[in-house]
Amino acid sequence: MTGSRLSVAGVVGGGLTALCLLAAALSLIWVPHDITVLTIADRLLPMSATHLLGTDHFGRDMLSMLMEGARTSIAVALVAVGIGLGLGIPLGLAAAAHRGGWLDEIIMRGNDLIFAFPSLVIAILITAVFGPSAVNAILAIGIFNIPVFARVARGGALPLWTLDYVMAARVAGKGRFLISLQHILPNITNLLIVQATIQFSLGILAEAALSYIGLGAQPPTPSWGRMLADAQTLIYTEPQLAILPGLAIVGMVLGLNLLGDALRDALDPRLQRRRA
Amino acid sequence: MIGIDRLSVSFGETAILRDVSLTLEPGRITGLVGESGSGKSITALAMIGLLPTGATAQGSINLDGRNLLTLPEAQWLDIRGNDIAMIFQEPMTALNPVQTIGAQVSETLRLNGTPRAEALRIARDRMDRVGLSAIPLDRYPHELSGGQRQRVCIALAIARRPRLLIADEPTTALDVTTQAQILDLLCDLVRADGMSLLLITHDLGVVAGMADHVAVMKRGEIVEQGSTEDLFRTHSHPYTRDLLRASRPVPRAPRPLSGDVVLQARDVTRRYGAVTAVDGISLTLHRGESLGLVGESGCGKSTLTRALLGLEAVQGGTITLLDRPGGAAMTRADRAKISVVFQDPYGSFNPRWPVHRILTEPFHLTGRPADAEARAAEALHQVGLTAADLHKYPHEFSGGQRQRIAIARALITRPEVLVLDEAVSALDVRVRAQVLTLLDDLQARLGLAYLFISHDLTVVRAICDNVLVMQAGRFVEEGPIARVFEDPQDDYTKTLIAAAPMIPADWLEDR
Amino acid sequence: MIRTLLSRALSLILSLVVASVVIFVMLQAVPGDPAAFMLGLNAQPDTVAALRAELGLEGSLPARYLDWVSGMVVGDFGTSYTYRVPVSGLVADRIGVSGPLAAYALLLTVVLAIPAGLIAASMRGRAADWGVMGATQLGIAIPNFWFAMLLVFVFAITLKWVSAGGFPGWSDPVAAIKALTLPAVALALPQASILARVLRGALIDTLDQDYIRTARAKGLSRRAVTVRHALRNAAIPVLTILGLQFSFLLAGAIIIENVFFLPGLGRLIFQGITQRDLIVVQSVTMLLVFAVIAVTFLVELAYTLADPRLRRR
Repeated sequence: MTGSRLSVAGVVGGGLTALCLLAAALSLIWVPHDITVLTIADRLLPMSATHLLGTDHFGRDMLSMLMEGARTSIAVALVAVGIGLGLGIPLGLAAAAHRGGWLDEIIMRGNDLIFAFPSLVIAILITAVFGPSAVNAILAIGIFNIPVFARVARGGALPLWTLDYVMAARVAGKGRFLISLQHILPNITNLLIVQATIQFSLGILAEAALSYIGLGAQPPTPSWGRMLADAQTLIYTEPQLAILPGLAIVGMVLGLNLLGDALRDALDPRLQRRRA
Repeated sequence: MIGIDRLSVSFGETAILRDVSLTLEPGRITGLVGESGSGKSITALAMIGLLPTGATAQGSINLDGRNLLTLPEAQWLDIRGNDIAMIFQEPMTALNPVQTIGAQVSETLRLNGTPRAEALRIARDRMDRVGLSAIPLDRYPHELSGGQRQRVCIALAIARRPRLLIADEPTTALDVTTQAQILDLLCDLVRADGMSLLLITHDLGVVAGMADHVAVMKRGEIVEQGSTEDLFRTHSHPYTRDLLRASRPVPRAPRPLSGDVVLQARDVTRRYGAVTAVDGISLTLHRGESLGLVGESGCGKSTLTRALLGLEAVQGGTITLLDRPGGAAMTRADRAKISVVFQDPYGSFNPRWPVHRILTEPFHLTGRPADAEARAAEALHQVGLTAADLHKYPHEFSGGQRQRIAIARALITRPEVLVLDEAVSALDVRVRAQVLTLLDDLQARLGLAYLFISHDLTVVRAICDNVLVMQAGRFVEEGPIARVFEDPQDDYTKTLIAAAPMIPADWLEDR
Repeated sequence: MIRTLLSRALSLILSLVVASVVIFVMLQAVPGDPAAFMLGLNAQPDTVAALRAELGLEGSLPARYLDWVSGMVVGDFGTSYTYRVPVSGLVADRIGVSGPLAAYALLLTVVLAIPAGLIAASMRGRAADWGVMGATQLGIAIPNFWFAMLLVFVFAITLKWVSAGGFPGWSDPVAAIKALTLPAVALALPQASILARVLRGALIDTLDQDYIRTARAKGLSRRAVTVRHALRNAAIPVLTILGLQFSFLLAGAIIIENVFFLPGLGRLIFQGITQRDLIVVQSVTMLLVFAVIAVTFLVELAYTLADPRLRRR
């Protein structure tokens, strides 16, 4: 019973995620209307057969805007997750392999230091130096992902280092690097996959926030956060302009979170053993 | 008097217990023995009304003419702690880490309205009763040793003088000398206070020394029960007979050994800061010999093992393997001549690797030979498995089979020395007996030298020619196995041997 | 205990030093001369030089860094390039908005999350649990600034219960708290959702522990076990998350202040960026980082006190 409900949540989450990913992918080759053309005559049209979700204050098709916006949001969040995985996992594995040593100490202190800068503060600093851009957003979110993955990797690796199969590998003459690669990493992938979905969804939220306050993607690149910023002044008269991109964000984030939870349950060895 | 009548427990369609009946009389110790998964613990949990959610129970558990199984939860609260109390296996985790032990013992008393001061006074009294008069009530669990914690658990279980105490493997996690003290305490509580004790254990030696009455469980059923000595002497049921035979393997007879020394340690010392874990130890292991290393937790045997395997540098002394530098100084080729089998059959293998990859991992030392797969198949064959198992994954095997795979992995580089680090300690007695036979057989065929590390004297006696007794980083006694067991010289050795739970030899003589 | 405190305090100071160096060095990398920027294109070189001296832009990098840091320690945050007034004065005004907002939001977070987490954990698998889990799942997925916009739309525009933004000042505390209520709710909802889920998870993990079984075996009811044994043990992960949430609330406040036009630290930073008033950006960022590090320190202290295993050594 529990199992079936969980998998229902997983299917819903996977579906929402897939829908957003597909929309973003599709926007690479096709959108219903070209959004680089501003047709002021068509501004603020209601939903119709031509404009399924209506148009905005510049006469751009909302559905097309949402699809292209999805691409920006997803690209930023994905690359940021990639930065976190690429740098965080090696750091976490190295820290665990040298538990209690100076390398571990330095890596963990460095982690704490990054945690002291909320990602928004990092974004503000980078913006102050380089000016606002989508790359700025990627860096700001990505840097914050590094300590998260480093912690998860280290936390997952530490108990494994006490297991007999690691001891057996040491008896077989393998060094810390090889053991980390062959024995530790494959056995923490579950944790990392789950964390990656969580960081992906947090990345979507963070990108939206940064774009909303103007520190992320710059016009004319559409993004969900920018659409919300544009809609704010019109909220008195045209609330749907604010509601649609917000719903898109909620859908994507909710989808990823549900998927992450379902993956966690499906991949949790404790739960698997209980099932067996 | 508490009686279980035809108790059955099931999870959905799966039956866990079938028609279990047992009578627990005051002032009597009832032993409930069986292998892991036989349903002993579920029986105990049913008796205290704490079955896991999803379990359904039928039959009856009778106390004062009431069937406890039909009681609502609210009435159970008056029975638990008051009439029936329970202690569990793992004393390290059985106490709340953020509360003082005084608070935890007195909490039981506060439940039925005893004033705080009075509750603390009784708590102090119970603590004295379990032999902790030197421990103040304001201590936290982490400040106590495992044995002391188990005493606290007993103190809080007997705080309200229950009529029945259920002890579920109460000494399995403890050292043998601590185990003896805890068992003595339990015995004393029963004899002096007229309490009834249900002692659940996998260890027939413990039951033989303690219980008045014993019930043998197998796959959720009691196959045989009766007064302990009678049941052990007659062992009419074939399962009981198997268990008894496996519990007391035949001691190894003296045999001639070759003079070739394969592994030698001289004055080996290893310190961690101010603590000397291994303190000037020397040992010699000959080809074809089984050398036992016995000691309690913290005596330094793990450190010594790691040093011999070359996983840890030593600060003093020398290690020699086959007349070449041993320990951390070993070359890769030399390392292939000494290998190890660990205790935990579940943590021994990377769960994502198939058996052939697990088995061939030690070839990292020698370079992978062209016939690696054939060698892996050969190693599996040696331990009684087949080449068909090469492409299976660890979770597809039972605990005993996994331990065979671990032995195969240790044999793959054709070593001279095998370090067996508590290698049979996690196995059920019958499986343990099979693995011991296998080890014996391999030694005869391959001329291996074993360093057999164990806390279990029965096992050491069954497989070893010579034995070393280790305490606080030193060897306090060494010699031929029979001599050390029959005529121990050192006081600590005497204590260890006296503390080891044994089935009296004459109970097992076939008539 | 004393040694733990000392080593913790030492690492706190070390973190602050490293953080200040990072912030200082990053902002030195900004292209352009603020003095020239302020005086416009037609400024005389000697006027620019005079302004540079006045703003403390002369001298070697290490000397300027030491100047800035030693100033911060005694409460001198430098002089704003644009306003030509001490930054400390600007900051003091703005903290009067951002501080209460973050505290208000933290209070709401705890008040909402603790009962929700408790109910979900003790009704595990039942309707109440599913309700809490579903609601919190949604709460986590909603961006707080969007939620803020919706709140404005519903309560300010449609229902006209409160004004859509702005801050009347603390001279009228009731009006001030009323003005901070929607922002605090918007900030608290996602954080409360996270905290409730963490508490539920921590409680459920704790309820699976052996000592809970011991307590049940001595006759404690499920409820008594939860309150007396599980809650305090579950407090450790909850405190950790609460500490992290403070930094999210601070950061979140920067954004929410924009939605509600609140004159807080967040708006001050944005003005600093758009007007190239780097000393403001530098000092306010440092202040935020200091707050986060200090709170982390306090949280560690709190759970050292909550857990006797950590008290020794």
